[in-house]
Amino acid sequence: MRTEGSHGPGAIVRVRDLRYRAGAREIFSGVDLDFPRGAVTAVMGPSGSGKTTLLRLITGQVRPGQGVVEFDGQDVARLSRAALYRMRRRMGMLFQNGALLTDLDVYENIAFPLREHTRLPERLVRHVVLTKLQAVGLRGAARLMPAELSGGMARRVALARAIVMDPELLVYDEPFVGLDPISMGVVLRLIRRLNDTLGVTSIVVSHDVREITAVADHCHLLSAGRIIASGPPAVVAGSEREDVRQFMHGLPDGPVPFHYPAPEYAEQARRVT
Amino acid sequence: MVHGILRELADSGTDTLRALGRYALFAGRLAAETPRALLRFRLVVEQVHNAGALSLVIIMLSGLFVGMVLGLQGFDLLERFGSEESLGTAAALGLLKELGPVVTALLFAGRAGTALASELGLMRATDQLAAIEMMAVDPVRRVVMPRFLGGVIAMPLLAAIFSMIGLFGAQLVGVQLMGVDQGQFWSQMRGAVEFGDVMEGVLKSGVFGVACSLVAVYEGYHSVPTAEGVGRATTRTVVISSVSVLLLDYMLTAVML
Repeated sequence: MRTEGSHGPGAIVRVRDLRYRAGAREIFSGVDLDFPRGAVTAVMGPSGSGKTTLLRLITGQVRPGQGVVEFDGQDVARLSRAALYRMRRRMGMLFQNGALLTDLDVYENIAFPLREHTRLPERLVRHVVLTKLQAVGLRGAARLMPAELSGGMARRVALARAIVMDPELLVYDEPFVGLDPISMGVVLRLIRRLNDTLGVTSIVVSHDVREITAVADHCHLLSAGRIIASGPPAVVAGSEREDVRQFMHGLPDGPVPFHYPAPEYAEQARRVT
Repeated sequence: MVHGILRELADSGTDTLRALGRYALFAGRLAAETPRALLRFRLVVEQVHNAGALSLVIIMLSGLFVGMVLGLQGFDLLERFGSEESLGTAAALGLLKELGPVVTALLFAGRAGTALASELGLMRATDQLAAIEMMAVDPVRRVVMPRFLGGVIAMPLLAAIFSMIGLFGAQLVGVQLMGVDQGQFWSQMRGAVEFGDVMEGVLKSGVFGVACSLVAVYEGYHSVPTAEGVGRATTRTVVISSVSVLLLDYMLTAVML
């Protein structure tokens, strides 16, 4: 199932035998994954399949029940708080809704990590912020407040903020949710362009199959706590496995049933009356 | 049945102790962060302004009315003993030692405290706190601390304003309306009120500032990230702050009298 080249020392993030439970529900039951350096890797799967949880595990926001998640050879779960923060300085994350700080304007949102971590003179801060804003096409929006931005603009500002510290890894949590087709196209192009021009590694979690397969180098498909397909988008899309086909082609019924588990309809109806 | 009731009592006692423990740990963390937070004083000043400006109008209005009522009631009481000239002293002591700190704290909890709790709760619900953590910045240090210290500093200032306006209100009613001698009103007050009385009020409002700000930031920071969770955090802020203020007030008064 795995692609050649997505393993070994070339991977910036390695996941081995990952098991994770949220309450009684098992989200991951033995997942192995590699995210190759310099590539855009998509993690796809139906809602509730644990895509966002995987990002939270990679970024050290939660710890695995069992197994290892490594970033550049370091076991994320074993890092001290200080080491975890050092690691996060090498990462940028785009949250589903942008998660811009609502009491700061666009400019200050992007300057936030610079002001917290560096003592750059204001002239240099301004230069860096405007450069990043230019990269996402929003230099003119520098003095707008987050409440004045559209969903797509907020996502782009958040992207500018995510790249302001020149990270090695960019993680995107559902970057296309709720965007109009134009904004979606812009964000798609940005993901690819930033990955290539900045030389970063990108992990994109999404269930927008068509969009993400157009931009990703590799895909992993998650379902029921396991990886059911891995490889280049074309290979995954052409898979003969029924559960993969159902997801990739958006079929309403299949291995993932249309109906949530329930007792027989007639029996339940009788019980109510 | 008795067994069940006892078990329920024991469970709720354990829950309360656990909650107190969590509060104590959080307070310890805030105390440890205080010196570092004071170094970034600009952030604290912003929050003093936020908390103070939010509550200023309501504090001033309430101070005026409380003072006016104090003037009326005080006059009525003192007149029975023929000592209405002591109205200034009675009003000043009542305001400085009791009403100023307590009513200010209750109003602060209802206005600035709820705003703080809901702001932090919404920051959690909209992933802003997670985003700050992802930028390798400690949200307690960067977001919670300035707000906590802002509240702690704002409270005695607001209580002082409350007492001052309250005294003006008492004077307005007592002197202008009821005809107490202006000179007697002020001179008796200046003679009777000591520095220790003022400091008692300052100390009380300082303690209430810590209590109200701690409750607000704790409840907001730990709120469940849903609309219902933020609502509950806001309500808990008012309830816990108000009860704590009244309880602490009794304890402090008992110690200092």
